[in-house]
Amino acid sequence: MALSDKDRIFTNLYGVQDWRLPAAQRRGNWDGTKAILERGRDAIIEEVKNSGLRGRGGAGFPTGMKWSFMPKQASERPHYLVVNADESEPGTCKDRDIIRHDPHTLIEGCLIAGFAMGAHAGYIYIRGEYYNESVVLEAAIEEAYAAGLLGKNACGSGWDFDLYVHRGAGAYICGEETALIESLEGKKGMPRLKPPFPAAVGLYGAPTTVNNVETIAVVPTILRRGGAWFAQFGRPKNSGTKIFCIQGHVNKPCNVEEEMSIPMRELIERHAGGVRGGWDNLLCVIPGGSSTPLLPKHICDDVLMDFDALREHKSGLGTAGVIVMDKSTDIVRAIARLSKFYKHESCGQCTPCREGMGWVSRMMERMVEGRAEVEEIDLLEEVTRRIEGHTICALADGGVWPVQGLIRHYRPVMEERIAEYKRRHAKPLPMAAE
Amino acid sequence: MAKVIVDGIEVEVPNGATVLQACEAAGKEIPRFCYHERLSVAGNCRMCLVEVEKAPKPVASCAYPVADGMVVKTDSPMVRNARRGVMEFLLINHPLDCPICDQGGECDLQDQAVGYGMDHSRYKEPKRAVKDKYVGPLIKTIMTRCIQCTRCVRFASEVAGVPELGATNRGENMEIGTYVEKALTTELSGNLIDICPVGALTSRPYAFVSRPWELRKTDSIDVQDATGTNIRIDNRGPEVLRILPRINDDVNEEWMADRGRFSFDGLKRKRLDQPWLRVDGKLRPASWAEAFRAIAERIRATTPDRIGAVAGELADAESVFALKALMTALGSRNLDCRTDGAAIDATRRDFFLFNTTIAGIDQADALLIIGSDPRKEAPVINARIRKRHVLGKFPIGRIGPAGVDLTYPHHHLGEGPAALRALLDGSHPFMDVLKAAKNPMVIVGRGALARPDGLHVLAAAWQVAAAANALRPDWHGFNLLHLFGGQVGALELGFLPGAGGKTLGGMLGGGVDVLWLLGADGFDPAAIGAETFVIYQGHHGDRAASRAGLILPGAAYTEKDATYVNTEGRAQRAWLSVHAPGEAREDWRIVRAAAELLGVRLPFDTLDQLRARMVQAAPQLGEGFAPRGCEDTAGPAGNAAEMSDAPFAPAITHYHLADQIARASDVMAECARVYGEAPALAAE
Repeated sequence: MALSDKDRIFTNLYGVQDWRLPAAQRRGNWDGTKAILERGRDAIIEEVKNSGLRGRGGAGFPTGMKWSFMPKQASERPHYLVVNADESEPGTCKDRDIIRHDPHTLIEGCLIAGFAMGAHAGYIYIRGEYYNESVVLEAAIEEAYAAGLLGKNACGSGWDFDLYVHRGAGAYICGEETALIESLEGKKGMPRLKPPFPAAVGLYGAPTTVNNVETIAVVPTILRRGGAWFAQFGRPKNSGTKIFCIQGHVNKPCNVEEEMSIPMRELIERHAGGVRGGWDNLLCVIPGGSSTPLLPKHICDDVLMDFDALREHKSGLGTAGVIVMDKSTDIVRAIARLSKFYKHESCGQCTPCREGMGWVSRMMERMVEGRAEVEEIDLLEEVTRRIEGHTICALADGGVWPVQGLIRHYRPVMEERIAEYKRRHAKPLPMAAE
Repeated sequence: MAKVIVDGIEVEVPNGATVLQACEAAGKEIPRFCYHERLSVAGNCRMCLVEVEKAPKPVASCAYPVADGMVVKTDSPMVRNARRGVMEFLLINHPLDCPICDQGGECDLQDQAVGYGMDHSRYKEPKRAVKDKYVGPLIKTIMTRCIQCTRCVRFASEVAGVPELGATNRGENMEIGTYVEKALTTELSGNLIDICPVGALTSRPYAFVSRPWELRKTDSIDVQDATGTNIRIDNRGPEVLRILPRINDDVNEEWMADRGRFSFDGLKRKRLDQPWLRVDGKLRPASWAEAFRAIAERIRATTPDRIGAVAGELADAESVFALKALMTALGSRNLDCRTDGAAIDATRRDFFLFNTTIAGIDQADALLIIGSDPRKEAPVINARIRKRHVLGKFPIGRIGPAGVDLTYPHHHLGEGPAALRALLDGSHPFMDVLKAAKNPMVIVGRGALARPDGLHVLAAAWQVAAAANALRPDWHGFNLLHLFGGQVGALELGFLPGAGGKTLGGMLGGGVDVLWLLGADGFDPAAIGAETFVIYQGHHGDRAASRAGLILPGAAYTEKDATYVNTEGRAQRAWLSVHAPGEAREDWRIVRAAAELLGVRLPFDTLDQLRARMVQAAPQLGEGFAPRGCEDTAGPAGNAAEMSDAPFAPAITHYHLADQIARASDVMAECARVYGEAPALAAE
């Protein structure tokens, strides 16, 4: 039971058609936007709540609820919508395809979301490496302005809304919402303390909501087709459609929009041409981008791809970047590489992350060789526990989860590696003194 | 108010307080590195984590707001584990070079490691090393010890107002520095040493000098500016080894200016440690007996109206009082303490005091600075102004030389009295700003008064304050900013020309035959008449001493029990830390002994008796300090219309060389070189 074409939100995900405004309008974008806005702020938020949409950026926070945190009464401080297009999670490339092939879904979503939270200005913070995508996005915004869809009296609704694109400079941490805000303000991208949350004190101290590209881009369709339509896909509390990015040792890596709660095996076999060498050649899968713990094959056999099912197995849906690894993979080395990434991307603000990530990464490097003691696996585990949950933002958590997943599921591999190293480097028996 | 239960103890704290404050209210000490009461909250060291019931993770207590009914645990297994983890992480890349670290013994990291550290390291990987940075001649950096708490970054940008420090790189490669190498351009840089919780920023002059437990600590007052900074003098044996600020929220909070902190090495150089007598045009060592005989001969041979005395910038109230008592007994009315020639009207106290008080700056909502550069003249007060500026809605105008960076933005209204006149006739828009303010403040610098029309400038400044309605019983917005710790005390004691007496100007150029200088060094000694016999009583062989006919070696502020009055009129007590070198004696004793030989009986034999007499003469020196309103708006004599158009000149041109102790200090000389202040050699 796969998602049928008529229920797809991103109808040009593969760039088969033109991304420009006329083609987008033929696909249904910008259709009746004015009427949607005329329903009013509360009705829009209510509809989004009804759809059960949860944030697509990784944490899965209910979007309608997030929007409702914005102050109802306008004060002298403006409200801001910030769209997080700093898609840097290894294994994730969904926002990129939305922006380059279907940018008007996002732009229309920005207008509607901005209206729903009382914002007259929106910022799209796009990853610096997405240069071509930013060119497309800016061109699409120009088109929208020219067509009267943005700017003063956007879509004839009477609501003024301006949209700006800001290019990042390539720091992973700037995808964290408060670090993104700092970066947008021109400061060093370092997460802020919460509370206060951005909905109270955000960009330039004003109420701000930060949403992922995909979250915003699905909103227009939800409002056109109804929250109930969106909610029918997937299991309760995990509803909707979702773009999965399937890569690694599969025959046909792809981005695909699918129902939530689709079984992982079905997702991989139907859309990605199956695991290289057949399902039985599967070693493990990282289900939701690099920061979610891996799942070994026996869990992958029947796990569903949604927030709650993956959490039951101590992993997570994250950004739905599915990284498939077959039995040729050196799993310790793979996770060591991720550790190195998080060490490199730690902003350096909080002590546990700044100091701990280097420690973890260096120990993992030794684990790859096996140049360690078996007890050090316990030390490694303890170090990750001392990092987790003790920092301002979740980068540290995401950075140690892969290691924790490795130890949880592949400790025998690590022990064998250590024993092997010891065998190879065993000192010859001392000779009797002559 | 919110009720919070901390480890079973119920406390009430105001809404908006942090969990850390609640814990402190409950008497629970929370370890911290990045948190500092007077800086913004960073929340990045993670040492202050506590457990809050119903929160899934431990929270950073320094940043987490309290809520009514919150239950906090500061010593649960979760908290202990978290803090031990943080401590372990801090130590893995810390060099652990405590035996050679100057912070040893007063290091937060060391102290906390006792509570939360391990007895061995589990870290077997290579350690990080960080290149040391140059941030100026006063601060030594050992950046490998840095724990990236960013207190220094926040201090520099928030309190000192020089956003020159920052963090480059990220993650474990993060380094604190100035990015482009430079000396920090702040007069408050020494405070970085105090706020650094580890040994990353230490005092360069104090490097490898001593351990804190070897030092004897004496409370004192910084006299090298008129702020009256509360300080602690640390000495070992006869040597002052360092000076640190004490906390006094009404005066200096916990900051201190660099000149007061680092120029103490000047106390060991160019000291006058025995009497000197000029014989045949040359100074030669003399005994005290010879010195007193010389005084007696000279003074007996001179009529009282040809004897004058000048009190210096750093003189303590006791010796000023003693000298005044001697002069009065001799019948001389030629007294003056305004060595810079400032036209100070001492007929009323509020004409020459910083009446708003330093803490009162917090309540002000508009400020006019006339002929003063508070950043150079009183860096700590300047930081207080900046603190008020940061809170917002605080327009600041300044009349004085253009291009002065006060560390906060301000309107430059003009360079001289013309701007003052424009304010008075209402043609300048800033007057409307002052009038619109509820608590406007006017600060007049001594530089604006040390000129021929100074009296008129003073009157005009008072009139501006009156026109802005800053002179009310509940708010006194007129302020005079003095430059040195001895100036106000002498004014309070009326060390000024008596009826028919000569001012300093009158005494110079041969106006008197005997001139007694009590550490007075603020004027060019060449202006003294060639025939005048100069008695120089002081501690440094500075400008005036070389002109003296007789030198009486006195004690510096570290070497006597004394009272100093700061620019607010706050009398504060300093205690003896080390004894004066050689033959030098406490100044009031010298005056007392000289009086004995002159056959004058001064009515005090001990310091206590002297103080009792002094407080009789000037009760404000004995009473506790209280801010005063303005009961009488009648201003000082002077006519605003008679102001000349000459621009105001800065009172302090060379911050690091502004007083005799600093001029004798190698450290200050180095600072002057680094910060491009050519030493004022012309005076010699």
